[in-house]
Amino acid sequence: MLAATIAGSAALAAPAAQAQGKSLTLCWAAWDPANALVELSKDFTAKTNIAMKFEFVPWPNFADRMLNELNSKGKLCDLIIGDSQWIGGSAENKHYVKLNDFFAKEGIKIDDFMPATVAGYAEWPKGTPNYWALPAMGDALGWTYRKDWFAKPALQAEFKAKYNRDLAAPKTQTELKQIAEFFQGRDVDGKKVYGAAIFTERGSEGITMGVANALYPFGFKYQDPKKPYAMAGFVNSDDAVKGLEFYKSLYKCCTPPGYSNAYMQEGLDAFKSGQAALQMNWFAFFPGLFKDPNVGGDKIGFFVNPAEKETGSQLGGQGLSVVSYSANQAEALAYIKWFASLDVQKKWWELGGYTCHKGVLNDPGFAKSTPFAADFLVAMGQVVDFWAEPSYAQLMQAEQARIHDYVVADKGTAKQALDLLIQDWTKVFKEDGKL
Amino acid sequence: MRAPSVPIVHQVRGLSDRTIAWLFIAPTMILLLAINLFPLIWTIQLSFTNYRANRPFAPLRNVGIEHYQTILSDPEIWQRMQATAHFVFWTILLQTVIGFALAYLIDRKFRGHGFWTTLILIPMMLSPAVVGNFWTFLYQPQIGLFNYVVSFFSGLAPSSFQMLGDVTLSPWAIIIVDTWMWTPYVMLICLAGLRSIPDYIYEAAEVDRASNWRQFISITLPMCLPFIMLAVLFRGIENFKMFDMVNLLTSGGPGSTTELASITLKRAAFEAWRTGYSSAFAIILFVTVFGLANIYVKALNKVKAR
Repeated sequence: MLAATIAGSAALAAPAAQAQGKSLTLCWAAWDPANALVELSKDFTAKTNIAMKFEFVPWPNFADRMLNELNSKGKLCDLIIGDSQWIGGSAENKHYVKLNDFFAKEGIKIDDFMPATVAGYAEWPKGTPNYWALPAMGDALGWTYRKDWFAKPALQAEFKAKYNRDLAAPKTQTELKQIAEFFQGRDVDGKKVYGAAIFTERGSEGITMGVANALYPFGFKYQDPKKPYAMAGFVNSDDAVKGLEFYKSLYKCCTPPGYSNAYMQEGLDAFKSGQAALQMNWFAFFPGLFKDPNVGGDKIGFFVNPAEKETGSQLGGQGLSVVSYSANQAEALAYIKWFASLDVQKKWWELGGYTCHKGVLNDPGFAKSTPFAADFLVAMGQVVDFWAEPSYAQLMQAEQARIHDYVVADKGTAKQALDLLIQDWTKVFKEDGKL
Repeated sequence: MRAPSVPIVHQVRGLSDRTIAWLFIAPTMILLLAINLFPLIWTIQLSFTNYRANRPFAPLRNVGIEHYQTILSDPEIWQRMQATAHFVFWTILLQTVIGFALAYLIDRKFRGHGFWTTLILIPMMLSPAVVGNFWTFLYQPQIGLFNYVVSFFSGLAPSSFQMLGDVTLSPWAIIIVDTWMWTPYVMLICLAGLRSIPDYIYEAAEVDRASNWRQFISITLPMCLPFIMLAVLFRGIENFKMFDMVNLLTSGGPGSTTELASITLKRAAFEAWRTGYSSAFAIILFVTVFGLANIYVKALNKVKAR
């Protein structure tokens, strides 16, 4: 009887003891790096006894779900790894806690992080020392290619005869297209293959991110560097028109059939199933691709988005912020302090997360630490970001529609598409009182 | 001594029948008003402001009918309405014709008709999200069954056409999917109509030596018409606000070819967070559907009265 009473008391006491412990919920997208973060965060729990919970949302729904959460002042997330474009809106609408004082108090130096990531993921207004996030996941658009196909002597000989250069990772956009054309519709190992898996998705941000990788190298600029929001002659410059025409020609000549609404996952599917010689995608996926039993290892190669007139890669990646509606802000800040330390950043990179910490990136051994590390460094040195304005979603919707209309639906010319884009963006900035 | 025949309710604290009735109805009425009328009034109010749900600290300004003017003078909005009208018209037409034909066949009560009825009803029971993903694979030019079936009959190469990526074909691609999914619903309503026709009317027609065609034209079709019209009303309202399936299949593309009004509205409201603007757009769509449905119901009542 006594034993039963003791057992019963213990059973009742157990949940009470658990309830006393603190826990944090971290919100992010559901992808490979998020799994690495779960692994990494076990060390935080071991050190602080604060349990970590995670709310991961698939990419197609990530922005909708999380921005709804923030706009409704939800308390689900204590910490959030939000997209770079959200920083302006989240700062102005007070969704994120401003971190300047905290950084100063805890001795966290923002200069320890790569400048492009600080500007992209943490700063608002841009170019001012106001920080709303800690750079957490550096990312940019890059390319993968089938190294094993490129190494085939017969294909090398044929390519050399046709283009008078070796079949190797391209150095320019023009070379990239030539390689894609070379592989398009070709039989490799008894299977029909295609040139390049690029982004054409219409619903969220896909085609905008993809086309940027062609526009930047050709000379597209979002605005006059001397006069903010002055877009004429930059967004629709002759070079920008060439860049857009180039992207359309790449889509028309060299993508797998039925590739009119493709983003990250479709690209991964095309590459992993052995359909595509080249694939545009985020560096964040490269560790997973390298480990892939069918197309990874010796079969895969990586390269930075090639230049044309100049260099440029689309910035991806995210910063880690404390949600202002969280009831556990002190613990959330403790997590940021822990995450910012060099040792944790080293382990973050080892587990598959893309650190932005200079202490890791500038290590002499970093470039050789993985087959894509050197390219990642180059890419992060040439990144350009989409507008991070509070109205970024409207700006994004406009570009999605105009570019898809031209590239996929064959509507109008490249110049018309970019002219209309300026009109749309001007309207948005006027509504915002920026013009 | 017999008690006077006063209703029991009159004995409950002196409340009248009418009061008791109101007491029973009131909770439901209040609930309905709360979840229907209040949001509607609030939406109307918001449609005259510059309110954005994601900018709670921005100053609220009354913009009058500016949003309504912007929407109604925007050629791209009219394109979306045109795409919506095209989708609604063709889905209703196809679903009504095929649905009625299927109901007519099922009503013959041939052997195994129960099995076939169940089989036909399956698409309607699936979620639009499942249907959207399912048909995305079917339309895949390289491995999709749809392209193979078309190529078998047409001689075209399966990968030579893209149902979801071609501006001409993509509107038809979503019409086909919606028709596949919702024709069984129309069929069920038509079947109810067919089964409601008393046998003696056909027996009288047989006595008068009316042909099958004459029976169909003079009895079946007129007596089924209210049911058909009801099905058209339900499908029309549903398809006017169609979102999920189209969003999954094409996301409104290629370009903006299949961007229906509901997709534009969702993007404005919950991606761009133009709450005032999207409220005005929602009111315009509501008035359109409500107006058309009212005209239609009047026609339906006339048919029923005949």
